[in-house]
Parts: sequence; C-alpha cells; structure tokens
Amino acid sequence: MSSTPQPPIAKIESKTITDLIANNRRIDDRTPTDYRDLKIEVGVIEKANGSAKVHLGKTKVLVGVKVEMGDPFPDTPEEGILTVNAELVPLASPSFEPGPPDEKSIELARVVDRGIRESKAIDVKKLCIEPGKKVFVVFVDVYVLDHDGNLIDASALGALSAIITAKMRDYEIKKGEVVYKEGLIPLPIQNHPIAITMGKIGNSIVIDPSLKEEQAMTVRLTVTIEKDGNICAMQMAGLGELTVDELKKAVGMAVSKSSEMRAKVLEAAK
Amino acid sequence: MLNQQNKPEKLIDDKGLRVDGRRPDELRPIKMEVGVLDKADGSAYIEQGKNKILVAVYGPREAHPRHVAHPDRAAIRCRYHMAPFSTEERRSPAPSRRDMELSKVIREAVEPAIFSKYYPRTTIDIFIEVLQSDGGTRSAGICGVSLALADAGVPMRDLVVACAAGKVDGKVVVDLCDAEDKLGEADLPVAMIPSSGTVTLVQMDGNLSPEEFDRALSMAMDGSRKIYEMQKEALKRKYLLIKEAVEEKNEAKEGE
Repeated sequence: MSSTPQPPIAKIESKTITDLIANNRRIDDRTPTDYRDLKIEVGVIEKANGSAKVHLGKTKVLVGVKVEMGDPFPDTPEEGILTVNAELVPLASPSFEPGPPDEKSIELARVVDRGIRESKAIDVKKLCIEPGKKVFVVFVDVYVLDHDGNLIDASALGALSAIITAKMRDYEIKKGEVVYKEGLIPLPIQNHPIAITMGKIGNSIVIDPSLKEEQAMTVRLTVTIEKDGNICAMQMAGLGELTVDELKKAVGMAVSKSSEMRAKVLEAAK
Repeated sequence: MLNQQNKPEKLIDDKGLRVDGRRPDELRPIKMEVGVLDKADGSAYIEQGKNKILVAVYGPREAHPRHVAHPDRAAIRCRYHMAPFSTEERRSPAPSRRDMELSKVIREAVEPAIFSKYYPRTTIDIFIEVLQSDGGTRSAGICGVSLALADAGVPMRDLVVACAAGKVDGKVVVDLCDAEDKLGEADLPVAMIPSSGTVTLVQMDGNLSPEEFDRALSMAMDGSRKIYEMQKEALKRKYLLIKEAVEEKNEAKEGE
C-alpha cells in the first residue's frame, strides 16, 4: 500500500509558481494553454513494428510497438488484443526505483490504454486470425527516459505516433494459419485519441504542467479527445478538488487544444 | 452472463425503463450500516444493487514501517481488493493492475476531506473488500470509506460521496449496473464533497460529447447528494440503536 508522497519542492518555489499563474504567467514564460516544445521522431527502433520518441520540453519518452500472435480473451473471441505497459526507468528520475511496477506506472499505462481502447483507435476486429483460437496482440510499451513532467501526454502522443506508423508483415489466412507474404501493411487505425493533461495550481488551470508545476499543483486532470471532438477518457488525480465550473472549463480547454496536438502527431507520422 | 455475444437488443425499453426496470435518474436500492466489524477502529458495510462491500479503517496509528510516515500529516493508505468469488468468473486473489489503480484513485478521492495534519507521523489505513461486484464498486466503495472513517472518529470536513453516471443506448443514466457498465457506451464515476460542492474524483471511459458530459456530471452529482442523505442516516442509526439499548436496560432496571 502506498500513500500520496510529499512533493519534493520548497514552499517558496511552490508559492512563486502559484503567484505567477494567478497573473497568467508561468515559470517558463508559457501561457496557461501552451504546450512546451514538442518533437516526435518515428521509427527510431528498427526491430520494433512501430516506435516513436517524444520530446516534450525536457521530458523524453520512447514508445515501442510489437505485434505478435496470441490467444484471444474468452469474452472477446473475435477481437485482437491491445496491451499497454509503462516502465518508469530508473535512469529517468531520482524518484524512480527499480522493481515491480508501482501505482504511478500502472496508472500511466492504464490512462494511455484507456485513450486508445475507448476511442477504438485500433480496429481490433481486423486483428482476428481464427475466432476463439488465434489473434494478433499489439503490445505498446512506454519507456520513460527523462521525467520533466506530464508523462501522460508525452506517452499518449508517443503511443499514438507509434501505432499509426507501425508496420506488420503482410499476411494471408489459409485454413486458420497465417501465411506471410511479401511487403508490409499498417495496423488497422480508425481514430486518433489525444490526451490533454492539465494541472490546477492555486485557482488556475494550466495545460501541460512541467515537473516543477506538477509539484506545486493540487489536481491533475487528463481528458482524452477523439477525432470528432468527443471525450473518450478522463482521469483525475492529486489531493485537491475541482469546482464544477473548473471541471467544465478544463474539458473545454482540452477539446479546443486537441486538434492542434493531433495535427502535430499526424505531421510527424507522415 | 451478459457480454458482447448475447447482448440484449435494447438496454432501454420502449417505456424508457432500463434492464433492471429503473428510470434513467433512479438509483439502485442502497443499504448502509456502520460499525459492523469489532476489531477495526471504524467500519462500514454497503450494498448497492448486487454490490456487497465491506470497508475497515485502522488508525490513526503508529506508522509501520516507520519510513512511510510523513512529518507533517498522517499517511493515508488504501487497499481496494475484490474477493475471488465476487465476479462471474473467479479472479485471482493477487492484486490486479485495476485494483492498484482503484486503490490510488479512491485514496485521492477521500484524502482532501480528511484533516490529516492533526495526526503527523501516523498512518490511517483503509481496507476495501468487494465481496460481490455489480458495477460501480469504486463509487460504492468511496461511500463506504467515508462512513468507516466517520465511524472511526477521523476528523473530516465532510463525508465524501460518489456516484457514477453514464450513457446507455444513447441516453444519459445514473448509477450504472454491471450490464450497463459492460455494454453501455460510457461510464463516468464522480466523487464529491457535498458541503463545498467540489469534485475530488472524475474518471471516464467510453464516448461522450461535451454536452453529454455536462448532463452526466450533474446527474452523478444529484445521485451523490441523495446518497449523502442516506449516509448521514446510516451514521445516526448506529447511535440510535445504542441509545435504544441503553434505554431498554434502564427500563428493565426500574421494573425490578
């Protein structure tokens, strides 16, 4: 059992961040709705079916996608399987330790997973080889390399970039067996979910909190938006509270920010 | 068991009633009791539909191991766990990834209401055992947790209440049952502190337009306020029972 840790930040620093934001300013000169500089490189790992390295400010996340054959779940015999895992690699932060996944990495993986799964970004029905017997399993592994805040958005952007650029060997199904052919085909992608994470600092909401801002904020809220502007996943965390107005405002901020971020992913995935 | 294969054609019938006969804004029957365990400092039992959930609170007590303690407040720890027999198919008793996530979100949903600064260097341990699950266990669990905390005498700003809303057959409904949760289009659990009207937990999965989200949010909060009244009744009932027992004893003495 874990408890909510103490943020390792000096009170005076936390106060500076909070006071700045009350005047619509941030420690790195962004406006409340600005992301840090985003750079996405795709296909950086040749041995993976798909991969993407995301630089969000100083945060670095590498995502690898592997496609393998496996058994379907009994309750979804005609659907392929999506598995998302996240590793908070110890080299990424002094607060990460080796060992089995803790609640931070499980939450990160599950929030990224929920966005892809609930938006039906991958058409899992097309990943069925033989109903009830054999399906394709898409493994999405999130590897955090440098933690400077907002791991969720960096990971979700990386996961989306990696699955839309992933290539698997072309195949035919003959008598329930997979026979590989020449050439490569993409994964069956039908939606582009974008996770927008916000922090409440003092009484203000900011998009894409950096590590320092994360330590000063009381609430973290992630809203994942589909291609058509609908919401497909949400996650709130932290020891603070949101008023109904703040919550609705944050959802609105996420909806209006999502298309800009989606365009950046699609541009990088070209 | 209901699943995608034998999904009923409609989850809402022509009369606008749901699979279990409820109206869209109707909660399932709820039963609450506090002080149900002898050894725990506080405890609660809650039934909501077929959900059966037991919650125990230990503490504030000495922190074990000592390094988990915070110098300025109590360390609040929470374990959400489902019994192996609580679902249609047996589940492994080992904590799943889902259990780990729910333990975290439940803890963070109730912690804002607790005056944890009164008890530095201690722990307050919360144990949630889902004996039978029927959809919405995290919301029912949160309601049970705040009852057990109150029963333990942990000072709080208010009880934390939770209730889910969601979308079924294109309609926004409150308090989803198992079938609606699995086969419906969206699930939105919300926890709130009624006295301040603030939200301490929001999660969502499925598909909601921003307008549907607004409607589902207010439905979940309306449901929460109804459950809040039941929570207060459940807490009072424990003391009424004690009072009645004492009075009966006194009357018996007078009769001697």
